[in-house]
Amino acid sequence: MSELRLENVRKEFGSETAVSELSLTADGDLLVLVGPSGCGKSTTLRMIAGLEQPTDGKIFIDGEDVTRRSPSGRSIAMVFQNYALYRTMNVRKNIGYGLKHSSALSKSERIEKVEEIAEMFGISELLDREVSALSGGQKQRVALGRALVRDPDVFLLDEPLSSLDAKLRSQMRTELQRIQQELGVTTIYVTHDQKEAMTMGDRLAVMNDGELQQIGSPEATYVRPENRFVASFLGSPAMNFLDIDVERRNGHTRYLLDSHELVRVSDDTQAIDRPIQLGIRPEDLTLLDDPDDGATTGTVRHVEYQGNDSFVRLEVNGRIVTCVVPASVRPRQGDSVGLNFPPDQIHLFDMDAGDAIRSPSVDASDTRIETGPSTTEGNETDSRGANR
Amino acid sequence: MAEQRRKPSESSSLSESSASGAVHVDGLTKQYDDVVAVSDLDLHVEPGELLVLLGPSGCGKTTTLRSIAGLEHVTDGTIHFDDEDVTRQAPQRRDVAMVFQSYALYPHKTVRGNLQFPLRKTDISGTEATERVEEIAELLEMETHLDTRPAQLSGGQRQRVAVGRALVRQPHLLCMDEPLSNLDAKLRVETRSELRQLQQRLGITTIYVTHDQEEAMSIADRIAVMNDGRIEQVGTPEDVYERPANEFVASFVGDPPMNFCDPDDVQAAGIETPQSAAGSPDTIGIRPEYIYPTDSRGEPAAGDRVEVDRPSDPVVLTVELIEPVGRAYEIQLTGHGLDLVARLRTRPDDVTEGDSSEFVFDLDRLTTFNDAGEVV
Repeated sequence: MSELRLENVRKEFGSETAVSELSLTADGDLLVLVGPSGCGKSTTLRMIAGLEQPTDGKIFIDGEDVTRRSPSGRSIAMVFQNYALYRTMNVRKNIGYGLKHSSALSKSERIEKVEEIAEMFGISELLDREVSALSGGQKQRVALGRALVRDPDVFLLDEPLSSLDAKLRSQMRTELQRIQQELGVTTIYVTHDQKEAMTMGDRLAVMNDGELQQIGSPEATYVRPENRFVASFLGSPAMNFLDIDVERRNGHTRYLLDSHELVRVSDDTQAIDRPIQLGIRPEDLTLLDDPDDGATTGTVRHVEYQGNDSFVRLEVNGRIVTCVVPASVRPRQGDSVGLNFPPDQIHLFDMDAGDAIRSPSVDASDTRIETGPSTTEGNETDSRGANR
Repeated sequence: MAEQRRKPSESSSLSESSASGAVHVDGLTKQYDDVVAVSDLDLHVEPGELLVLLGPSGCGKTTTLRSIAGLEHVTDGTIHFDDEDVTRQAPQRRDVAMVFQSYALYPHKTVRGNLQFPLRKTDISGTEATERVEEIAELLEMETHLDTRPAQLSGGQRQRVAVGRALVRQPHLLCMDEPLSNLDAKLRVETRSELRQLQQRLGITTIYVTHDQEEAMSIADRIAVMNDGRIEQVGTPEDVYERPANEFVASFVGDPPMNFCDPDDVQAAGIETPQSAAGSPDTIGIRPEYIYPTDSRGEPAAGDRVEVDRPSDPVVLTVELIEPVGRAYEIQLTGHGLDLVARLRTRPDDVTEGDSSEFVFDLDRLTTFNDAGEVV
């Protein structure tokens, strides 16, 4: 188990800053770097691998500064989306190839090692097959096995599953997780797919525009996003955002949409004297068939049946609000329905800076949620996801 | 839903074309050398309907679409638009508009110029053309962007313009092949609902190809689920989800997918297995959302507004993994030889990884398959 540490790493390409002041640590766990294309996640991975030189900052493996080391001097294995196996070699030779050149193992030890890793990936019976005779999923297993057979300190994966179909992808995801845990190898996994990110990682590092936005367990990041970017990036359908006014009266706070009260909270001690946006996840809204007088109402514009859920698009005061309901609840287009904004599910964001000012309260008994929103700079608010 | 869909919208000239627009495909076969891409396929699309061809890559969905559009010569079978046999007609004579994944707008033309372009070879010109363009821009909610160039638009807006350009001629049929697949996840969800609403307002017959079952469920009037060059089932999203015809459809539609179990294991777990006249089933399917943890009274904890029709006796299962996946939790369960995924809308109380817990199944939601994989 090796510790990987990035300290204030920055990468510029000409006048473009691809990654700025990135600091993070991973130690025997699986850290997922997630963000939209161009957010700097792949550049970060390439710097860890030694394929790019940071403009500034340092990279440590087990306390040793490897920033200026060549890729081959780093004990790192990397797997990309296109697995680039040696087409003229069989599976056994593909897996063993790197071992031959990078270790002092004897031939019999190498054979043993290859067979061990093949068993781990369930490809033992394929060892003597030609690569061209393998399916996509099998090739990807061989590529992963070839990378891991060398016992790297750090294992890097760049969208390794994106060329596989949905079913195979979810199967590989589970398998990869199991093997990573078994080996305890420090792993950095890059993806743009938020579902993959949420299910794959012990921790998520969400990036945007070259900057780390938040790092924490998948659940904590989802439930308590620290800013509007993270809130809108994670979750499908995406969080609803509404520009609201805040009014404080007689010990409680009212959140108003065009002077209509959406929700009233009593516990809000924080003075809010700047423009804010209210955020609420579609699954946290509830629809009411018989709303009370004064309740928020909306008109059903569109319903998307999903089998297990339905997505309902409502028009509320000229805004479109999305709500997720069980598929058994079937509102019809044109229906007028009530809409409940549960106070404990409300997010508030600073309109201009985008920072979270208020996040849903988390049940104290739920030990897995450790991070709270923090508007402090830096990223050491990092919680080690204890969810695996 | 259906009457709302077919209802001619505002007194728009664009929506008047919805009276016709049926497509009939009979016995369509398409062979490339010795590979049969589509095999003896029948498909009937109603006027104004949005039909999705859904299936994994290589299932023949795009070949079917391209055959209907006239971009492929069919090996066998016929294609009719209303009563007209178009099987041997050239694509430009079929009055079909195509929208692909890459929207290919003219970068040097404005939105107006792009929308107007398809009209240049028609007899629609002058004020009529201008009106047509402005009307479609309004439907697309792009009227304030008419003088903008594509480079200044977002991906979703560009795709809307591409659709508008396809629609401005009021074609008999709109064909879309994975039109959203180069948009990012968030935009895809927004744009698909816009596309759907636009299609409904215009009432234009549409065939839409995708491999994404969530997208198919969201926008379709009916889905034709394809596999291996054949249609496995045609039906509304509810039909294919709630009443799949076979194991393929049951496994392809739904995320997370249906659990498939050996009836002996189900019985060993103490769950009453459905019997039918056809004898014992070969496989029993249960969707992840019909497995519930129990509350303190041993009742299914189904959550708000979810009814459990016929709960099974509680079954003790080991909780292997609790995965938060955004708006739901996916729970991996094992025990009695079963290996299941349950989907819960909220994090269950008193259920922890590594522990055993009681779960109930909704017996009315079990699906049984025979050894041919057909639902019995």
